[in-house]
Amino acid sequence: MAGGAASGGSAATDTYKEARNWLLLPSWVYLGAFVLVPVIMMLIYSFLTKEFRGGVVWEFSTAAYDQFFFDRGLFGDEPARIEWTYITIFWRSIWQAGAATLLALAIGFPTAYFIATRPEQARPMWVFLITIPYWVNLLIRTVSMKFMLRDSGPLNDFLIGTGLINDPISIINTNFAVQLGLFYSYLPFMVLPIYASVERYNFSLSEAAADLYASKWVTLRRVLLPAVKPGVIAGCILVFVPSMGSFLAPDLLGGAKNFMIGSLIEEQFKGNAGNWPFGAAASMVLLSMVLIVLMIFARQQAKAEKEAS
Amino acid sequence: MRRSNYDVKGLPGFFGITILCLVILYAPLLVVTVYSLNDSNSITNWEGFSFRWYVDVFSGPESQKFKIAAWNSFTIAIIAATAATTISTLAATAMVRGGKFKLRTVSFGLISLPLMVPEIVLAVATLIFFNSVGFTRGYMTILIAHIAFCIPFAYLPISARMQGIDDSYEQAAQDLYATKRQAFTRILLPMMLPGIISGYLLAFIVSLDDFIITNFVKGAGVETLPTAIFGSVKQGIKPNIMAISTMLLGFSVLLVTISYFVSKTDNKK
Amino acid sequence: MSESRKTAIDVRGAVKRYGDFTALKTISLSIYDNEFFTLLGPSGCGKTTLLRMIAGFEDVTEGAIFLYGDPIADLPPNKRPVNTVFQNYALFPQMTILDNVAFGLEMRGQPKSQARKAAGEMLELVQLSQFAARKPSQLSGGQQQRVALARALAPKPKVLLLDEPLSALDLKLRKAMQLELKHLQRETGITFIFVTHDQEEALTMSDRIAVMSAGELQQLGEARDIYERPRNMFVADFIGETNLLEVSVDAINAGRATCHLGGGHELSCNAVEGVNVGAKVHMSVRPERLFMSEGPTDSEGLKGTVRENIFVGTDISTLIDLDDGPKFIVRTSNSDRGNKRIFEPGNEVYVNMEMEAARLLID
Repeated sequence: MAGGAASGGSAATDTYKEARNWLLLPSWVYLGAFVLVPVIMMLIYSFLTKEFRGGVVWEFSTAAYDQFFFDRGLFGDEPARIEWTYITIFWRSIWQAGAATLLALAIGFPTAYFIATRPEQARPMWVFLITIPYWVNLLIRTVSMKFMLRDSGPLNDFLIGTGLINDPISIINTNFAVQLGLFYSYLPFMVLPIYASVERYNFSLSEAAADLYASKWVTLRRVLLPAVKPGVIAGCILVFVPSMGSFLAPDLLGGAKNFMIGSLIEEQFKGNAGNWPFGAAASMVLLSMVLIVLMIFARQQAKAEKEAS
Repeated sequence: MRRSNYDVKGLPGFFGITILCLVILYAPLLVVTVYSLNDSNSITNWEGFSFRWYVDVFSGPESQKFKIAAWNSFTIAIIAATAATTISTLAATAMVRGGKFKLRTVSFGLISLPLMVPEIVLAVATLIFFNSVGFTRGYMTILIAHIAFCIPFAYLPISARMQGIDDSYEQAAQDLYATKRQAFTRILLPMMLPGIISGYLLAFIVSLDDFIITNFVKGAGVETLPTAIFGSVKQGIKPNIMAISTMLLGFSVLLVTISYFVSKTDNKK
Repeated sequence: MSESRKTAIDVRGAVKRYGDFTALKTISLSIYDNEFFTLLGPSGCGKTTLLRMIAGFEDVTEGAIFLYGDPIADLPPNKRPVNTVFQNYALFPQMTILDNVAFGLEMRGQPKSQARKAAGEMLELVQLSQFAARKPSQLSGGQQQRVALARALAPKPKVLLLDEPLSALDLKLRKAMQLELKHLQRETGITFIFVTHDQEEALTMSDRIAVMSAGELQQLGEARDIYERPRNMFVADFIGETNLLEVSVDAINAGRATCHLGGGHELSCNAVEGVNVGAKVHMSVRPERLFMSEGPTDSEGLKGTVRENIFVGTDISTLIDLDDGPKFIVRTSNSDRGNKRIFEPGNEVYVNMEMEAARLLID
């Protein structure tokens, strides 16, 4: 073992150290040109003046952000009041994403735990079963959900058939339908990180707790949960972040009343009616939110790792 | 009576919830598959088993539209996955076998940027970019955007695979008089093949499935399968959409399954 | 070892630093042609780093390394006529056994057919010809070990480096492989440099051993020499079992040192360079070189009480508390038990030392 420790620990694997920059060049150039530069362009666009037929005029303006947060009346000459329309849409996005995250946690945690406690050879198969649906086209999954939730759809048929309800409940075009759709879209993202952390968890800690008279539920709450918290947080982030900006679920399942920020953004770029700077500004607000969440998360994870070591 | 072993891991009800989870995940997909085989003009009533909607996809009134969309989707997916896999393999070699270097974190951030930025935001940014540099929206703009967001999906399995390969293999090759290039092509690359294949397949699926970004950058007249399906669904779910969705669904499941079994072929010592 | 032997590897003032951390502190040593040489030490002592510097996987921060007189420190590994048997074998999983063994020859420019023929002969030498077409994963650990050996020997290296090659094998197989390696070294006449943390393995196989600790060379010598005449505390303690006693040196006369230990017990032993009168140092006495008697003998017997007997197969270890003094372990062979009295816990006993058994240590 001495050899392994000395060779593996001290030097990172550096076989291709000399060629490093050449090997990285294609990804730097490509992602720089077609991801990083576009995001910067978007930031610039959000500070430009809108052109009436879509597109922009190259004149600096904070009108897009102003429109997002403040109402200055029809002609823009009244004193500024908070504009609730877009903040409400934003707030609804957070609320919907949060609800979907909680739903996913309620189902995802027990599932992840169950899979992680299977015999080692059986686990990859379970994980595979959970991941397959993620790789199916999101659009098709959302359409399937729409089909399922219809008033005369299979879910209502099933519930009536079992005698639980007499008349179909209308789920489609409600907030709940959107929550269900988001939950369904990103459920595998909740299961996988929790699974990974429960699998790493040392179950002799639970045995020690049981030995010291703790019941299973107390052990779960006081011993296991703190240990797997980073995985749970990671799962919540992975569901919450894409849910926030999702477009398909609210568009197909929510109907016109249950607008989320994704739809608001999309509308700004459709045809000639849109407002590009406003769309770019709304995108920037969303992006900032997401980056803040990710940064808090990264700090938390770093702290958790420090505590663990 | 002997008491059975105290199972410290088992928690009551968790098995049931796991089954519920699987039902939730699979039921909508199964229902769509079943209803795609429905011999009815409406999607509401079951009127017996039939392949007529599959036939309709290939020869019905909308077949021409679907054929062109399928051609676009598949050619874009093949080119995007190939480009993304190549770029990612090179990048992974630098990241995993390049020692410690200052720009490592920055490079990793850049590679995973398409995963961190919400898809709709990336779509907006890409559209704005194409618009401001004067690219005409169409097949090429879709392709360029697809390569970008496919890179992290190809990168992750490839770099994971490479991290799993002990560098003593390349060292052994060099010890036995191979140059670094020979150690890469003759030893490392063959050992990484499962990772490269699963990276390629994942990139392929992600490209094939993308709707949001494609919808923003496609321009008028150019459709891929997802945008064509979305256009039809907006006018209500029709049985031929169920059929085409089922085919696409089956294709994705097939590719993921291949990817799973390929990556399982581990290099045992 | 005659002094006229050719030097295979000459390490001169080699230093290895990783940033602020110094893994090797100015090592100089010569390894002779046709020698079985072992680098021995605990984890992190720098032995593997030194081996990898000779192989070319770690660059030399300061100093030089010569291979039969030629400087090699700046050559990449693929330009050094030195081959390695890796700890995890590093057999190429996608290639057959034969292709693995032929790899080095092929890389040296031999045509494929010729390389394969030579590889086949090599496999015969390690008795694995019947597995030539198999993949490494289809072989047992011991067989993989021999393939790794064949692969490294096939290009006829000037020096063979072995990085703890036996550590993954079980005890029985390890013992068998130790002998096989030793034979192979004699047969091929190639210089072997062997890295291990197992002192018993090192003693069994090596012509000479370099004991290392904390990046420094502690002692270099023949196996027997290292065991019987350890230079310092670390070597005495690391190799074999020993009684380490704190002593004060009272006098040195004609190469003999007279010392006393706690409780006033007197002892004498050979003087050692670097230990002077008045010094408080440690003394090492191997337990098998002590014997017990009921009464004082003419040698300097130390009076004590038996505390415990521990049965360890071929021997019995007896723990003895000296009166007002340190504890002792005495090892008695079980072979001719008829002639020896067995002392039970509580018995009074005198501990006696064979001539030359005690060794003063310099730190």
